[in-house]
Amino acid sequence: MLEAILLTIITAATPLVIAAVGELVTERAGVLNLGVEGMMIMGAVCAFAGSYLTGSPLLGVLCGIIGGALFSLLFGFLTLTLVTNQVATGLALTILGLGLSGQIGESFVGIPGVKLQPIVFPVLSDIPFVGPLLFKQDITFYLSIALIIGVNWFLFKSRTGLKMRAIGDNHGSAHALGINVIRTRYLAVMFGGACAGLAGAQLSLVYTPQWVENMSAGRGWIALALVVFASWRPWRVFAGGYIFGAVGILQLHAQAFGIGVPSQFLSMLPYAVTIVVLIIISHNRRTTLINTPASLGKPFVPDR
Amino acid sequence: MRIELEKRASASSLFQIVSPLLALVLTLLFGALMFWMLGKNPGHALYAFFIEPLLEVWSLHELAIKAAPLILIAVGLSVCYRSNNWNIGAEGQFTIGAIVGSILPVLVPQWHSPLVLPLMLIMGAIGGALFAAIPALLRTRFNTNEILVSLMLVYIAQLFLDWLVRGPWRDPKGFNFPQTISFAKEAVLPELLESGRAHWAIVFAIIAAVGIWFMMRYMLKGFEVTVLGRSERAGRFAGFSSRRMVWFSMMLSGAFAGLAGISEVSGSINHLQPSISPGYGFTAIIVAFLGRLNPLGIIVSGFILALTYLGGEAAQLSIGVSDKVTRVFQGLLLFFVLSCDTLILYRIRIVLSSDRAAVEGRS
Repeated sequence: MLEAILLTIITAATPLVIAAVGELVTERAGVLNLGVEGMMIMGAVCAFAGSYLTGSPLLGVLCGIIGGALFSLLFGFLTLTLVTNQVATGLALTILGLGLSGQIGESFVGIPGVKLQPIVFPVLSDIPFVGPLLFKQDITFYLSIALIIGVNWFLFKSRTGLKMRAIGDNHGSAHALGINVIRTRYLAVMFGGACAGLAGAQLSLVYTPQWVENMSAGRGWIALALVVFASWRPWRVFAGGYIFGAVGILQLHAQAFGIGVPSQFLSMLPYAVTIVVLIIISHNRRTTLINTPASLGKPFVPDR
Repeated sequence: MRIELEKRASASSLFQIVSPLLALVLTLLFGALMFWMLGKNPGHALYAFFIEPLLEVWSLHELAIKAAPLILIAVGLSVCYRSNNWNIGAEGQFTIGAIVGSILPVLVPQWHSPLVLPLMLIMGAIGGALFAAIPALLRTRFNTNEILVSLMLVYIAQLFLDWLVRGPWRDPKGFNFPQTISFAKEAVLPELLESGRAHWAIVFAIIAAVGIWFMMRYMLKGFEVTVLGRSERAGRFAGFSSRRMVWFSMMLSGAFAGLAGISEVSGSINHLQPSISPGYGFTAIIVAFLGRLNPLGIIVSGFILALTYLGGEAAQLSIGVSDKVTRVFQGLLLFFVLSCDTLILYRIRIVLSSDRAAVEGRS
């Protein structure tokens, strides 16, 4: 029983962790992309389409990643090249993504999908309890762990990561030092898009292997909140993702159990918890100010 | 080849008018392309989508019904966005406004009085304003991001409505359908003209738009909104409080969204049900930007976006495309509006790689 619950928590947390760590990189470069929800749902539909048309869910995952990255490019072009308002453009990306995915996915409604098969590590997966939880998962879980470790290393141990953080904290100075602000930001936005696409692929190929309209159900927004919660640090994104995943799953179990609270109130929990967590994290203005990338959301036009 | 922006000395007044029009044209072109890719005749499809709904009296009434909540909500949002407060939870405030406004007709249906309707509208507006006060409170008290909070509250509001109409407020004689009792005659927003269904909500919307236009243009409060939105620091020096502006703009837009919610329920639906809005609160964001955050422009853009809803329904029947096309159109439109707005402040130059050396040689 406990093992089954933990397994579902991992499945619920993985997309949140992946999408949030992608957005973390984007925001560390100083770009606020509120379109996570839109990129995620585009990733979900592209992944389902890819897996359905090729018969291979792995190719589906690839399609999801590419779909999310290409879709984020639209945001990048507007905010970075045309210097539009990042908040409004992010919203536009979400609105367009929800519409476009519904249109693309229309013919997939009701078709049973192919579930992404787990990759089983021999021997390790036989360890009781831990084995099935950690060594008998699908590729998205392993990727989520790799992403956390990789992004942590990239941001805090690599030279390029240092440059990227410099851009996020002061794009003017970074530009003066000869760092290509716009190019780096394009890459950061596309990385965020690819991650959101991967998260979406997990939704339509692992979490519920089928296509349902609006199946991201606000997870993109929760991922955005997670980045704030994590004060832009990868390992805290990981922890936060699992807390949110657990809240989501436990309320489902509570609904099934029938604890006398109407199901709608239990369904509100993940959203309500997000608000409470945001309050706790943000109420200290000073720490928020120190952690937030100083150029976040600000437009940048290189002077010539 | 790359694209370079050159800041104009002052905002181009030509492009302030041309930019939304250009965005509309580009959206139509992309729409035509999309229909062509779906295997439909683009001309025929665009006609069915954007012209046919304008040809009959009943559909003009529907247009007014759909434009009303869009304009009302967008006018409130324009004040928020101009003051740099990002309320994106209007859908939730719309829902709570509809619920609070429905308290009288659902719980005291036996009270027949001409006071019922005005009270309902006032309660709806107050409900929406109070719901929008939550992100305002959290923002001013705990510095919490109002974008995320207002959006999370949309989900909470919708689940709350779902619980109400399936639980305590369900019509006992309703054959178990998840809806409340139908409103009595005194609780229904009357029709405007004999010829069709359009009700008073569109009048509220236009009054609100003109009122806010007047405020923004001729009143100190409007100046305060603009100054604080452009630069909080400058506003502080002028003695304006950005904290109070958060409260003002959020609650104003919440009140308008709430009024839109109860007007829609009272005028068009006549009872509460799990879904009372085809995403008006989110579409209103597009309306606000297409109207360039100007209340009078918003009246025009509200009708344009209402047309996309109607066109979607019409095209579904006449040429057999799904109503999802509507959402795609709306999303595209917002994208083009935002990109065309760049032309107001910047001159765009496309630099071919061959002149790059020349540019660099000069500098």
